[in-house]
Amino acid sequence: MHQYLFLIPALPLAGFLLLSLGGRHLSRKIIAWIGVGSVSAAAIFTIILGLQFLQAPPPEGSYTQTLWQWMSTENFSCAINLRVDALSLVFLFIITFVGALIHIYSSAFMRHDRDYARFFASMNLFVCAMLLLVLADNLVLMYLGWEGVGLCSYLLIGFWYETPANCHAANKAFYVTRIGDTAMAIGLFLLFKELGTLNIPEILQQAPQHFTAASPNITLIALLLLAGGMGKSAQLPLQTWLPDAMAGPSPVSALIHAATMVTAGVYLIARMHVVFQLSPVAMDVTAIVGALTLFIAGCSALVQTDIKRILAYSTISQIGYMFLALGVGAWSAAIFHFFTHAFFKALLFLAAGAIIESLHHEHDIFKMGGLRKKMPLVFWTFLAGAAALAALPLISAGFFSKDQILWYAWSAGNGSPMLWFVALAGAFITAFYTTRLMIVVFWGEMKTHIGEYPGRAMTIPLVILAILSVIAGFIEWPHNMVHLTLFSDLVQKVLPATMLQDDLPEEIVFQIIAAATALFGVYTGYVFYQGNKALIEEWKQSSALMQIRNFLFKGWAFDQLYDALFVRPFKFLTRINKSDLFDKLYNGIALVSRRLNQLFSISQNGSLRWYIVGVLIGIIFILTLQLML
Amino acid sequence: MILVWMISILLTGGLLCWLAGRRNNELVKWIALLTLLVDFVLVGNLWFQHQGVVTSGASTWFIDYKINWIPSFGISFHVAADGLSAVMLALTFFLGILSVLCSWNEITQRTGFYYFNLLWTLAGITGVFVALDLFLFYFFWEVMLVPMYFLIAIWGDKNRRYAAYKFFIFTQAGGLLMLISILTLYFIHASQTGTYSYDYFDLLNTKPEPSTAKWIMMGFMIAFVIKLPVVPFHNWLPDAHSEAPTAGSLILAGLLLKTGAYGIIRFVLPLFPQASAEIAWWAMLFGVIGIIYGAMLAFAQTDVKRLIAYTSVSHMGFVLLGIFAFREMAMQGVVMQMVTHGISTGALFVLAGMIKERLHTRDIGQMGGLWTSMPAMGGVAMVFTMASLGLPALGNFVAEFLILMGTFFVNVPFTVIATLGLVFSALYSLRLMQKVFMGPPKEEKHLKDFSTRELIIMAVLSISIVFLGLYPQPVMDMVKGVVLHLTMRS
Repeated sequence: MHQYLFLIPALPLAGFLLLSLGGRHLSRKIIAWIGVGSVSAAAIFTIILGLQFLQAPPPEGSYTQTLWQWMSTENFSCAINLRVDALSLVFLFIITFVGALIHIYSSAFMRHDRDYARFFASMNLFVCAMLLLVLADNLVLMYLGWEGVGLCSYLLIGFWYETPANCHAANKAFYVTRIGDTAMAIGLFLLFKELGTLNIPEILQQAPQHFTAASPNITLIALLLLAGGMGKSAQLPLQTWLPDAMAGPSPVSALIHAATMVTAGVYLIARMHVVFQLSPVAMDVTAIVGALTLFIAGCSALVQTDIKRILAYSTISQIGYMFLALGVGAWSAAIFHFFTHAFFKALLFLAAGAIIESLHHEHDIFKMGGLRKKMPLVFWTFLAGAAALAALPLISAGFFSKDQILWYAWSAGNGSPMLWFVALAGAFITAFYTTRLMIVVFWGEMKTHIGEYPGRAMTIPLVILAILSVIAGFIEWPHNMVHLTLFSDLVQKVLPATMLQDDLPEEIVFQIIAAATALFGVYTGYVFYQGNKALIEEWKQSSALMQIRNFLFKGWAFDQLYDALFVRPFKFLTRINKSDLFDKLYNGIALVSRRLNQLFSISQNGSLRWYIVGVLIGIIFILTLQLML
Repeated sequence: MILVWMISILLTGGLLCWLAGRRNNELVKWIALLTLLVDFVLVGNLWFQHQGVVTSGASTWFIDYKINWIPSFGISFHVAADGLSAVMLALTFFLGILSVLCSWNEITQRTGFYYFNLLWTLAGITGVFVALDLFLFYFFWEVMLVPMYFLIAIWGDKNRRYAAYKFFIFTQAGGLLMLISILTLYFIHASQTGTYSYDYFDLLNTKPEPSTAKWIMMGFMIAFVIKLPVVPFHNWLPDAHSEAPTAGSLILAGLLLKTGAYGIIRFVLPLFPQASAEIAWWAMLFGVIGIIYGAMLAFAQTDVKRLIAYTSVSHMGFVLLGIFAFREMAMQGVVMQMVTHGISTGALFVLAGMIKERLHTRDIGQMGGLWTSMPAMGGVAMVFTMASLGLPALGNFVAEFLILMGTFFVNVPFTVIATLGLVFSALYSLRLMQKVFMGPPKEEKHLKDFSTRELIIMAVLSISIVFLGLYPQPVMDMVKGVVLHLTMRS
């Protein structure tokens, strides 16, 4: 089977080529068949491959397929090689399976759009690039996928390019992630200089021997790779692009900006875990970045009014949890949270898209309301997703993954009570804003008339994802409850097991606190938005509170900060030098010669009197000179 | 002999065009196209005969042809080709064909004379890439300059006179310095050995005093960095590129700039190994300055062709940086950059020309939303914008990646700053895309998307840039021998 591995990325690529070259001559039905079909076929291949992999794991733990030599010079050589192991398998499954569901949904969601073919072409290209990212066996090929997903993200955020704001959002996403990518590129150079290879298995094998403990270069490499991950995964301080990226169509937000691309940073760090483990500093930085991000983004999610921006901030915050888990050394917990998050966050975005479309493109949650009775299916599926996001104990997939992270934030080798506390505060905030979102959108009275109801192509993916959002957690139970750890058994073939500290309190205590926090968050949300609505109105009167609210609303004013620090100085510098300083120099030289020419040509006027005066002046000048000397 | 044929076919083709231009303008285009196709076949043949041959140690030259020209002065007609020449010749005829195709409808006045100039410029460029006699090299250097001056001055845009003068004066100033250097080297060689010779292989053995060598080298270097161009000698470029007709911009960006890089690789490094090692740090510094400065100027431009012109300044900075790293990997990257920049920037200029034919303006303020009426052009423009910002899977990435990784071994701070250039290239490239193709459509009237001729041009360019991005190895193998030879010496 694994000799067909190349088909998994090749099918979406073929879809892209067909649609981009011939899309304008195809009917909508055929476009949808190509677009959805290519990704679905890739999903089926992935599932078959995955089942084989699980039944008969390859002896070295991975399959590799060499396609062709890419470039080779001096001591550097890299090939287009695909490699699948347990970690990439998890990502493969999410990308193709969730990707296929989102494609099915899109075939209905985008049905009225003029550029139907362009949409599916870009989506297929995205899936291909993302698959290459996780299948790459060397960092250069991974970089190809990495930049490729960035391109597709750019193309899809700016899909409705006639609105200038969408273009700005697309450009911003590209610029900000490019900063991270550039740092990552420098990291690759340094890695190559040190190890002489960019092949991932070789790096993982050689790094422990090559680098002495706490060597500055390994820390630098890890931090540069981390910076790359922070750009793609919208972590502090490169998180500002993601909320604006919501300008793209909702399925794009679901696929790229929730389920897959934004977790590329998580994948990168997990893939390069040996490098990170060699540098305690980089591990701490990763954990702290994750903790800060989850808190900061969570606070911003509290006050947003645009349904997609709430979800965007919550995505940043949930990826913060994954980074935190990576940083404390809870490798499999991070990947597990990625796994469950992909289902419930994709679900929430798709459901939000269904709501937005039904309400004539209304994004403001305070103009929604009362949709529980009118759109019951969307309500129930959204509820499943929201429960998972809020991590309601035992009945949601999100609980199982987030509980693990909370526990490891304290107990894992690199964990600390402080990290745990921030994560717990984040859990409370998450439950709170999720409840707020649910109540405001689905309870109360209706404020906007419902236009068109979502069709079956949209509801079936919702239902499947809703079921997964409830049950996906059951494959990995906390150790003290049920002895079932299918997920960590799988990924720990690649990733190291999580080391625990000594002398820890009982795990059950943490679980109870985590569960109670989530429930308390839900309760608080209920009190504010359903029980005692007057309280919020009262707070709105206070200007200090409103200032805090606006500060959070603007995402802690990072945009303003960067604008003042980088954007405006750069624009100023380029604007004042638009006509090129050096050009003035050369034009100056030209001007001087022209002036001199004018000056001297005065003397050549053909008038005899002038010449005689000139001769006389010359004679007098020479005589004076002689007399004086 | 095949090399002499290539040049003489171009020269004869040019004359035929001029003659035929008095009778029939259609015929002229076909003559020009046929001439270049024949040359392209010849170079293809050369390529396939010698591919995969990495001559180790011994000679890297596949062909070496020499006859006496003016024996009393030691001048000979000496042309030769190695892997580097072969790559550059292939690029020359490839872009040459496209330049004829993209002039097809643009040029309606004095067609015969136009194609004469076009073919003669290409003949000069071909000569530059194969000449191994320094006098002959200087001769071809001038041959490519004068017809190009006419191309800009006659068929250019509104400000064409100014641009043409500027181009001529800058290049000529550099050329004269080079001539002085060539003569100095010639006489030093004569005083050391007693024989007068302009031959490359003879002059390679000349050992001038280190202090003299430095000055002689500077003469060559200035001529080449003006062509490349390097900040602060780049000012001829934005004017010449933006005022030239489309084919002129294509040849300027795609080929003429490469003659500067070629000159440094072929002459400066081998003739003055020590002196060039001494200036390496400075050269790399100027490379880095060029990368950043060019990118910042590109970002500010409002004239679409000027914008693309300044991106060339930025991209050529990578070439200078890579050459003076003296590493095999970086040098391979440099050659790739020469080829891929020729294709990608050439393509952008061709696109700019097509837009100008439709909108009659180069001001991006008057464009916007062109994707709606011209989806195919928008898609192709996206490909080349992405190539220009170094997206992997497109050729320019391979080039810049190899240059940067090679340079990283030599000078970390410069490499880091140059890598930041990748962020800057994203800034100007996406700005171009956004201003021209995105945003609300400004033009009310319907614009025509690609015609078949235009589609062929762009399809060929797109396929080549993707091919080079995914499978650059044939080019890298072709120049491997030369690159090894160069980096081992220094």
